[in-house]
Amino acid sequence: MEKLQKVLLLGAGALKIGQSGEFDYSGSQALKALQEEGIRTVLVNPNIATIQTSKLLADEVYFLPVTPFFVEKIIAKERPDGILLSFGGQTALNCGIELFQSGVLEKYNVRILGTPISAIMLTEDRQAFAQHLHSIAIPTPQSRSAETLEDALHIGEDIGFPVMVRAGFALGGQGSGIACDGEELRKIVMGALAFAPQVLIEQYLHHYKEVEYEVVRDCYDNCITVCNMENMDPLGIHTGESIVIAPSQTLNNSEYHTLRAASTAIVRSLDIVGECNVQFALDPRTSDFYVIEVNARLSRSSALASKATGYPLAYIAAKLALGYGLTELTNRVTGVTRACFEPSLDYVVVKIPRWDLEKFKGADETIGTGMKSVGEVMGIGRTFEEAYQKAIRMLDLDFEGATSEKVFAKSETITENITRYLYTPTPKRMFALALAMRCGITVAEIVQITGIDAWFLQRIQHIVDIEQGLRIETDLSAERLLALKQVGMSDKRIGELVGKSGLEVRALRKTFGVTPSVFQIDTLAAEFPSETNYLYMTYNGQHHDVAPLGDEGVIILGSGPYRIGSSVEFDWCSVSAVEALRKHHKRSIVVNCNPETVSTDYDTSDRLYFEELTFERIADICEFESAHGVIVSVGGQTPNNRAKALEKYGVRLLGTDAAHIDTAEDRNKFSRLLDTLGIRQPEWKMLVGLPEVYEFAEKAGYPVLVRPSYVLSGNAMKVCYTPEELEQYTCEAAAVSPAYPVTVSRFFEKVKEIELDAVAQRGALKAFVISEHIENAGVHSGDATIALPPQTLNAETLRNIEVAGRAIASALAITGPFNIQFLAKENQVYVIEVNLRASRTFPFISKVTGVNFIELFVDALFSEDIPAVQVPRPAFTAVKAPQFSFSRLTGADPILRVEMSSTGEVACFGEDLEEAYLKAILATGGKIPRKGIFISLGGAEKKLKFLESARLLATLGIPLYATEKTCAFLRDNGIEATMLYKIHEQKYPNVLTYFRDSKIDLAINIVDGYIKKEVDDDYAMRRYAVDHNVPLFTKIKQARLLVRALVEKDVESMAIKGWSEYRS
Amino acid sequence: MTGQHSMAARNTLIEEQISLEARASSVYPRRGKLVLQDGMVFEGASFGCERPMAGEIVFGTGMVGYPEALTDASFSGQILVMTYPIIGNYGVPEQSAWEDERIHVSGLIVSNYIDIPSHAQSSMNLAAWLQREKIPALEISDTRLLTQHIREHGVMPGKIIFDVDIPFYDPNEENLVARVSTKHVLRQGMGDTTIALIDCGAKRNITRSLLARNARVITVPWDYNLFAPTVDFAFDGIMISNGPGDPKMARQTIATIQTALERRVPVFGICLGHQLLALAAGGDTYKLKFGHRSQNQPCVLHDTKRCYITTQNHGFAVGTLPPDFVPWFVNANDGSNEGIHHIEYPFFSVQFHPEAAPGPVDTEWLFDYFLEKVRG
Ligand SMILES: Nc1ncnc2c1ncn2[C@@H]1O[C@H](COP(=O)(O)OP(=O)(O)O)[C@@H](O)[C@H]1O
Ligand SMILES: Nc1ncnc2c1ncn2[C@@H]1O[C@H](COP(=O)(O)OP(=O)(O)O)[C@@H](O)[C@H]1O
Ligand SMILES: [Mg+2]
Ligand SMILES: [Mg+2]
Repeated sequence: MEKLQKVLLLGAGALKIGQSGEFDYSGSQALKALQEEGIRTVLVNPNIATIQTSKLLADEVYFLPVTPFFVEKIIAKERPDGILLSFGGQTALNCGIELFQSGVLEKYNVRILGTPISAIMLTEDRQAFAQHLHSIAIPTPQSRSAETLEDALHIGEDIGFPVMVRAGFALGGQGSGIACDGEELRKIVMGALAFAPQVLIEQYLHHYKEVEYEVVRDCYDNCITVCNMENMDPLGIHTGESIVIAPSQTLNNSEYHTLRAASTAIVRSLDIVGECNVQFALDPRTSDFYVIEVNARLSRSSALASKATGYPLAYIAAKLALGYGLTELTNRVTGVTRACFEPSLDYVVVKIPRWDLEKFKGADETIGTGMKSVGEVMGIGRTFEEAYQKAIRMLDLDFEGATSEKVFAKSETITENITRYLYTPTPKRMFALALAMRCGITVAEIVQITGIDAWFLQRIQHIVDIEQGLRIETDLSAERLLALKQVGMSDKRIGELVGKSGLEVRALRKTFGVTPSVFQIDTLAAEFPSETNYLYMTYNGQHHDVAPLGDEGVIILGSGPYRIGSSVEFDWCSVSAVEALRKHHKRSIVVNCNPETVSTDYDTSDRLYFEELTFERIADICEFESAHGVIVSVGGQTPNNRAKALEKYGVRLLGTDAAHIDTAEDRNKFSRLLDTLGIRQPEWKMLVGLPEVYEFAEKAGYPVLVRPSYVLSGNAMKVCYTPEELEQYTCEAAAVSPAYPVTVSRFFEKVKEIELDAVAQRGALKAFVISEHIENAGVHSGDATIALPPQTLNAETLRNIEVAGRAIASALAITGPFNIQFLAKENQVYVIEVNLRASRTFPFISKVTGVNFIELFVDALFSEDIPAVQVPRPAFTAVKAPQFSFSRLTGADPILRVEMSSTGEVACFGEDLEEAYLKAILATGGKIPRKGIFISLGGAEKKLKFLESARLLATLGIPLYATEKTCAFLRDNGIEATMLYKIHEQKYPNVLTYFRDSKIDLAINIVDGYIKKEVDDDYAMRRYAVDHNVPLFTKIKQARLLVRALVEKDVESMAIKGWSEYRS
Repeated sequence: MTGQHSMAARNTLIEEQISLEARASSVYPRRGKLVLQDGMVFEGASFGCERPMAGEIVFGTGMVGYPEALTDASFSGQILVMTYPIIGNYGVPEQSAWEDERIHVSGLIVSNYIDIPSHAQSSMNLAAWLQREKIPALEISDTRLLTQHIREHGVMPGKIIFDVDIPFYDPNEENLVARVSTKHVLRQGMGDTTIALIDCGAKRNITRSLLARNARVITVPWDYNLFAPTVDFAFDGIMISNGPGDPKMARQTIATIQTALERRVPVFGICLGHQLLALAAGGDTYKLKFGHRSQNQPCVLHDTKRCYITTQNHGFAVGTLPPDFVPWFVNANDGSNEGIHHIEYPFFSVQFHPEAAPGPVDTEWLFDYFLEKVRG
């Protein structure tokens, strides 16, 4: 085929549940592969926190929505001759399919590279695909598709319950579920048809094994399976929600290769060129199998497979899409062998998802066929026990290992916990297993209940038994210690069981010489020598594969698992630090345990430890490498939390020292500092008794913000507007006692919130950026819409912020990145908190201003005195907007609070705020309303504040619907609107039916700051909007900006500009 | 110590000693030593039969299929190190699923032995099987170091010992084929065409693969003269099986093949059979530093971009090709020969294992190809 000049790559957009950071990894590798060929690359991806959207990788980046509308305009402008659809998840795939169907790709003769679109479309149409598989004699579960509720119900009866329901063209199992009877079926199907054209009703395969294969094929029909993976949880728990092991552990040769042969047969039948994922159900009794689904694109599993084996799947897939054969590409890891082979592992990996369900008020905690997890970790070891217990600690939730019982409410009896959490799959089940074993429930019984294969349970039983043994016989010989470490027990856990501290155990261990070995992941089980820098540590070894780097090496602590509040932005920071180190002739040593990241890519750093970010493991690595120092300020809060212990242990931290980090983190120390500096902060007190709490609240005035140090249930922070609310919260949710003091602060209403992001060297401010939240304070900074440059701040406020920033920088002798959050009220600024580390906004501000703040920080570490940088005020407006995943979190209240609930973000640029905001909204799943707009305004004040916007909305000529009072208010002001009854009124026409019949495509539900009942009608309306895929706005300032944008801006005529055009 | 003394004799000697040992010591799990000829020593817990055994130490990188590997006669005389660390997971299947009626490896080394298997088809755990078949096995955690050592210094004699030491032993000095080959003729199936299978240590899946393709299979000993007047059966093609050791030891087989070539009888060789065909046709073989023992060996169909992932288990390879033969397959990693084909007649062979078991089944089609040629 003729040489390509320019290729367009579609990114995945914002991180959301079911589509997370794995696509930054795949996109980045694809871009590298194209660059090597001298092909110009154009990337569309509004996710500004990613590494793929940095100058290094793509020649041009468009921070625009990955939708047919925008991508067509970009194609018309850029005229690429090729397009890659399979590196940006379902978002890119769906967009590509639409562009193909609408003839856009043909019109501009853009060639689809890699797997033919026909194959992609076939795999997406579940019914047609099932037929295809039968035509090549591959079995699938009995199933039929339906476009209407009626059909669905009939099919359910025919197949017989229980049945499994899935939505076509949806990602991560959205809208799917298991129905045991007609009623359940009705519910699920109605939900699914709300956003999917088609549902599939399928025979439910109870307690089958779930096994996946990652297959690669080139245009010469060479076909290999790079990795197979076995889910520890049986079929019925989404692979993204399952604990996954690679390679499979319980399959014998004939099962393994029957499924392998089936995978390659399928992939050949589809003419896949590139990467493909095949999921199987395997009957543990008979070895019969069924195909569950095929993803003809890079997926979460392929990212995992790539990290599990060291095989650069996405990079190879991209090369194959360009027409290379597998035999023409070398194995990047060994350098000597070919890419046409199947990795052989001499270790095992265990992936465990990270959920944050407790962060969502009202969210249902059961897990099943749809995804709810927000991230994952991967533990590597040479025994299952070692890998499994590592992975559990990697979750960074203070679990010491398989037997942790932290998750269980002390208020409940052990039996209650076992019955609840063993029978119903939830994030807690993995711990219910060990708990049940400790209480004498047999493996056989647990197999019956959970469908987890006895093999895994026996390994966990092994850990439980060893711990029991240690309880009885507590002396620690060298052999004993080694044996304990070989099953992955942490020093701390051993200490707990024998009555020592983790450090004491560590010391003892070292006197015995019981320390971990450093092994390479070389893809060929040591059959060939290899130079790979991909490392892990194990106690099941007696040698090291590599020698320490010594003073040349600089250790960078990565972010760990993605979670609410810590995501791809910190991977960007870590990778930027790696890049910057090259300049200073230092060799980077990255430590991270998150398989969805670019920082854990085989060619990102000089050395990668795919390891725990626990104190113990970091200390092991530091002691082995005896490196120059450790950077704790680019990986988010996790590395930051390790600073104190590491410095105490004698590790050299690069940047701000631990004592000062502590001052910033410790409320008392910090506010004493602010007082001495004469910097204001919302008045607060740490209190140990209810009377004092009331007293403070009365004095400071309601509302108050309560932060308990121990949370009984639900949110960790709450704004209380009345004594009653305060009372309710403190007795239900937050413990208040001398042991568990609460922090109560005065809560400012209707004030601005502002971010200062900066880098300082030895206390001197070297560069800073001030950005402004659109929403008033009270919306977590991670959920807020942030504008740069600031839009409404006057010179005095700006000056006050800078002054405070400089004062704090010098007081804390900061060397490195930091972030301060301010409240601004009548030009007075109040400090909410300081983070002595790179913050979530660093990629955003760095890319918008063109000044890489992480690079600046690394310079500050290695150059004597770096010049202060005057950060230019951008000539355009950039808006960073949050992405929410509420539709996945059944029951969760989709309202913005002081606690963060977004899963990702985008940023778009524009001539002005309105343009940038509208693009950002469209990039996070918003739509331009065409059918109807629903308005519900709580309280007189909010109504008045919105009147102006309501008038504007009326000019759009779209029917307005409103709840009773709001409707009356609108009509009184001469705005035409149709009244809808609230749900509890049970009269027609009502909100519910209008949402369901999709007569509404925009919902504005502004509540009084103070929400009376926990679950009220407003909640029901919000939830309904989300469940029916209707864009929802709950904050007055957001809503007003949106209305301005909708009325003033016309997407058709919006300028389509690349990043470079904005920069120049 | 040389191959002159038969292993069997020496072993009975040793057995008496260890049965004494076993009674003497009560400690469990007993620890044993793996000693390599170059002095390298590893310690580990024993989970097989506590009986010393010497052999050639080799490593295999397959991640599944230990029952198939252990019963593969090509491993005869060898102590197998599994690079995949966790072994024993799915226990041991019924005999019918094995590749021969007994375990052929002399000893087994794994990093993490699993004593409690979980599989519907499991009939016993691995330890019970090894003990029943009197095969020693050790759990040595750093099998990676062991593998790297073999990779760098090549395969070498090694021994598993407990209390009594025994001499090293180099299986390549012995005619292992003679030891593992069947002693009498076996007739199976009633297909439309008859294949004579020369058993040099044949894996059962070769026969299964032929029978499944409606062939009649007559298995004969390695030194059986298929062209002697006394032979009371007719055959349409000859299959030369896999087997252990140095091909040059199997002189009689080579002679039989030479006659077959003269008579233009279709011949298909696998693994050792490949080396034997090469030798019979005037080519030559050599010993690899550490062989290919894995399930992920890429083999390119000569002069194409088509590549197959194959199972391999061999320490010798074909060097100089015989006259009138062309390369058929080539190893994509190290360029070594993986198959040869006669320019005119249906004489061909492959170094890898189309019968798989264990490993990928991508090259099964070679059996169809062979039978096509035979059926004409
Ligand atoms: N027929 C079935 N019976 C039981 N569980 C199933 C069945 N089909 C799918 N599942 C479960 O639902 C999950 C999601 O289904 P899948 O087809 O993979 O959709 P997705 O596109 O969301 O990955 C699977 O991982 C599996 O655990
Ligand atoms: N005193 C206050 N008045 C008004 N809003 C506040 C106050 N303190 C915190 N907030 C809001 O709560 C959010 C989270 O508070 P913060 O202390 O930054 O918690 P976190 O450590 O989770 O970022 C802030 O972004 C801000 O919107
Ligand atoms: Mg799936
Ligand atoms: Mg904050």
